[in-house]
Amino acid sequence: MKRSNEPIFWLLFGAGGVLSALVAPILILITGIIGPIGPWMPASALAYARVHGFAQHWLGKLLLLAVISLFLFHAVHRIYHGLHDLGLHAGTGAKVAAYGSALAGTLIAACLLLVIGF
Amino acid sequence: MAEPRTIKIEVLRYNPERDLEPHFQTFEVPFTPDTSVLQGLQYIKDHLDGSLTFRWSCRMAICGSCGKMVNGKPVLSCHTFLRDYYPKVRIEPLDHFPILRDLAIDQTDFVNNKLPSVKPYLMPKDEKPVSEGPFLQTPAQLQQYYQYSQCINCLLCYAACPQYGLNAKFTGPAALALLHRYNADSRDQGWEERAELLDAEEGVWGCTLVGYCSEVCPKQVDPAHAINQNKVNSAMDYFGLLKFLMPRGGA
Amino acid sequence: MAQVKAYVRPMQGWWRRNPYFVRYMFREASSVFLAIYAFILLVGLARLAQGEAAYNAWLTALASPASVVFHWFALLTVGYHAYTWWQVAPKSAPDIRIGGRPLSQMVITAGGWLATLGASALIYVIVRWM
Repeated sequence: MKRSNEPIFWLLFGAGGVLSALVAPILILITGIIGPIGPWMPASALAYARVHGFAQHWLGKLLLLAVISLFLFHAVHRIYHGLHDLGLHAGTGAKVAAYGSALAGTLIAACLLLVIGF
Repeated sequence: MAEPRTIKIEVLRYNPERDLEPHFQTFEVPFTPDTSVLQGLQYIKDHLDGSLTFRWSCRMAICGSCGKMVNGKPVLSCHTFLRDYYPKVRIEPLDHFPILRDLAIDQTDFVNNKLPSVKPYLMPKDEKPVSEGPFLQTPAQLQQYYQYSQCINCLLCYAACPQYGLNAKFTGPAALALLHRYNADSRDQGWEERAELLDAEEGVWGCTLVGYCSEVCPKQVDPAHAINQNKVNSAMDYFGLLKFLMPRGGA
Repeated sequence: MAQVKAYVRPMQGWWRRNPYFVRYMFREASSVFLAIYAFILLVGLARLAQGEAAYNAWLTALASPASVVFHWFALLTVGYHAYTWWQVAPKSAPDIRIGGRPLSQMVITAGGWLATLGASALIYVIVRWM
């Protein structure tokens, strides 16, 4: 019986699941609702200088990379397996597309963070 | 005495020698507050249609024979009561299994394939002669696997599991819970023998934690818990870590 | 057993037949909103790298009605993900015993919900006031 390679994807899925369960709701609320239109958050909270400074700090980079990358790996894992649940027999191509896009997002984020500099 | 109330029981019928497809048939069945769904089926067979075919045995939720879909949910029919479904109840065979006849399903995949595949027997490190007495086990060691040993093989969890329904190669809740029952038993050192199945797609990795199996289990075995805690074990085994934590000495 | 023409029922539409499965599919579908949100963040990061004007344009886009509506749906679905994540988290934990008695699964779930509340409060305070 063939050993499954699922553990790799499952661990990434799990890490992304924990992180998104902890911080995704509040991040969505802040960046997507009360940050842009309020209330309870001044417009200056998401100002360029502030966010850019955050992205230049090594800890800021780590957090931004973790959020984007792990959210993506969590989501693509669920979406890929969800296709199976819907009866769509997506094969290796879909698997490569799914996890490949999460990997691509990770690499792009890493590059952007390097471009932003220190 | 007043006329007993009657309930409409809509049963899925299928005669393999006559029918191309199953179809529903409705019967009016008298009932009282303590009439089980199983008793309703028995009334139909005894008084209305002797050809109605269904499995049952103990009538007390311990043999695991009488599993049926009642209004779309897998239950033990001896443990489910008509009073809760008045005025109409729909009874079908357990989901995700082929129908042999009426409400009787083909269980051979579970009995002949799934059960033996998990090696459901103690594999001690060293054979112990009878003269040396029994294996000793503390109450705490018993608690580590006791709930998983309560499975009555009723197959409600398989009817509940969409992953088994979508792919019958998946070992499924009850068998994997039984696998864990043996791995967690202090008298057993066979986890490596069972690892090949555990680590495969057919093992724990076929599960997406729908969780319905644990909801429907009449014995609170919690197969979802058995399977998913073993995802952690399987992941550790994947990276070769489990061998450090659990040398052949066992759990 | 003699040859019997057993009938195999189709799986099509399986998840629509039981509210438990509908909730499960909704839980899984929440990942689509999470993916889109992660992509929005990635775009924001790109705009941040391109300079102040590009970044401000991204902020303006976030204030648009379409974006806010999307984020409301995202908040609901990802919130449901968080809620169900802690609900099932105990299933992945080993059988823990405290002083001989098994640890209730509800303890892990409640702990998770509290952690989400705590992390959310912390992030809000930091973004708002620090």
